Amino acid sequence: MKQTKTTELLVGMFVAAGIAALFVLAMKVSNLSTFTQTDTYTVTAHFENIGGLKVRSPVTVGGVRVGRVAAIDYDTQRYEAVVSLELDKKYDNFPDDTSASIYTAGLLGEQYIGLEPGGSPDVLVDGAEIELTQSALIMEKLVSKFLFSKAAEGGQSADSP
Amino acid sequence: MLEWIRQLGRGGFGFFEKLGRGNLFLLKTLVGMPAVLARPRLLSAQLLSVGVLSFLIIAVSGLFVGMVLALQGYNTLVDFGAEESLGVVVSLSIVRELGPVVTALLFAGRAGSALTAEIGLMKATEQLSGMEMMAVDPIHRVIAPRFLAGFLAMPLLAAIFSAVGIYGGFFVGVGLLGVDDGAFWSQMQDKVDVYEDVLNGVIKSLVFGFVVAWIAVFEGYDATPTSEGVSRATTRTVVHSALAVLGLDFVLTALMFGDT
Repeated sequence: MKQTKTTELLVGMFVAAGIAALFVLAMKVSNLSTFTQTDTYTVTAHFENIGGLKVRSPVTVGGVRVGRVAAIDYDTQRYEAVVSLELDKKYDNFPDDTSASIYTAGLLGEQYIGLEPGGSPDVLVDGAEIELTQSALIMEKLVSKFLFSKAAEGGQSADSP
Repeated sequence: MLEWIRQLGRGGFGFFEKLGRGNLFLLKTLVGMPAVLARPRLLSAQLLSVGVLSFLIIAVSGLFVGMVLALQGYNTLVDFGAEESLGVVVSLSIVRELGPVVTALLFAGRAGSALTAEIGLMKATEQLSGMEMMAVDPIHRVIAPRFLAGFLAMPLLAAIFSAVGIYGGFFVGVGLLGVDDGAFWSQMQDKVDVYEDVLNGVIKSLVFGFVVAWIAVFEGYDATPTSEGVSRATTRTVVHSALAVLGLDFVLTALMFGDT
């Protein structure tokens, strides 16, 4: 009888340890705790080019994470990308002339959307659209722009003397 | 020449016959599951020998795997000035791959071989036939509890391995190498997804537990009832489990993470 009691105790402790480990993996290691946003509202924004933006990329204001990218689509009427942003209900007083830009975290980091509040008295509501947007910086475009301008300068200086 | 071809054919038949026997055996074991649930004592005794006694080796291995990963990852990352990503490297590789796979390999060596030897020896000493004589189905009484215990213990052990391994990486990375404490955890939480990474790791460990437990009890039940046969069956358990786990891991990884 004592034998089976010890067995049961040890097995119970083992199962508890396993479940505790799973709990640690879910809460401490992964993003379950940061992603249990209860209430959100959605706004959209059109971008000419979203670069490497992905669904679930963060949306920040002044570096503070206030939501994430919910969906990315392509508008065939305007030939632009449409990005749906899911923002936390806690932050529901952004002016409706807030602007959205796509930035890169660090030199090689992932891309995210940064919002900059404007000065309008009206606020963004669910389903509203952010009008002022700035596309992602594409490295190749920058490099080619730079090269073209250099080449143009070189041509001028060759002609001028 | 003709004899050689005939041998090849015999080998092929033998392989498929064994596969068929294995599947029928699995079916019978699964049918015998309700009998186990009616007698949870049998299950808890097996969980003790399969799970609890494997705890130490799994936890210690997890600790050292995590520590080594942190050391190696740090040496590479520090060249790019990205040592804050150490937590991501350690946790993703452990949760996605090393946790389930290394646990399954250790589990096959520590618990699977013991299951095979025990069942094989029961068969060699005609204990299984004795049970049949007493109208006790050995599959209900002996096989099913061991199979279920292996299947249940494996995901728990893999979760323990992963959690201990990540703390091992934390001790080496933050304690020894001086990575920032907050960055280690926050970058990890930012990059590791509950469904994408943790849940898929758990699914992997469930599949591995099923396969390893199946191979172990089947090899024991199918062993030639001599001492040599039991020793061969034990070897086969470890070899086949390791091959099955590594092969299945590739397939599962391709299914889970291949489309990104």
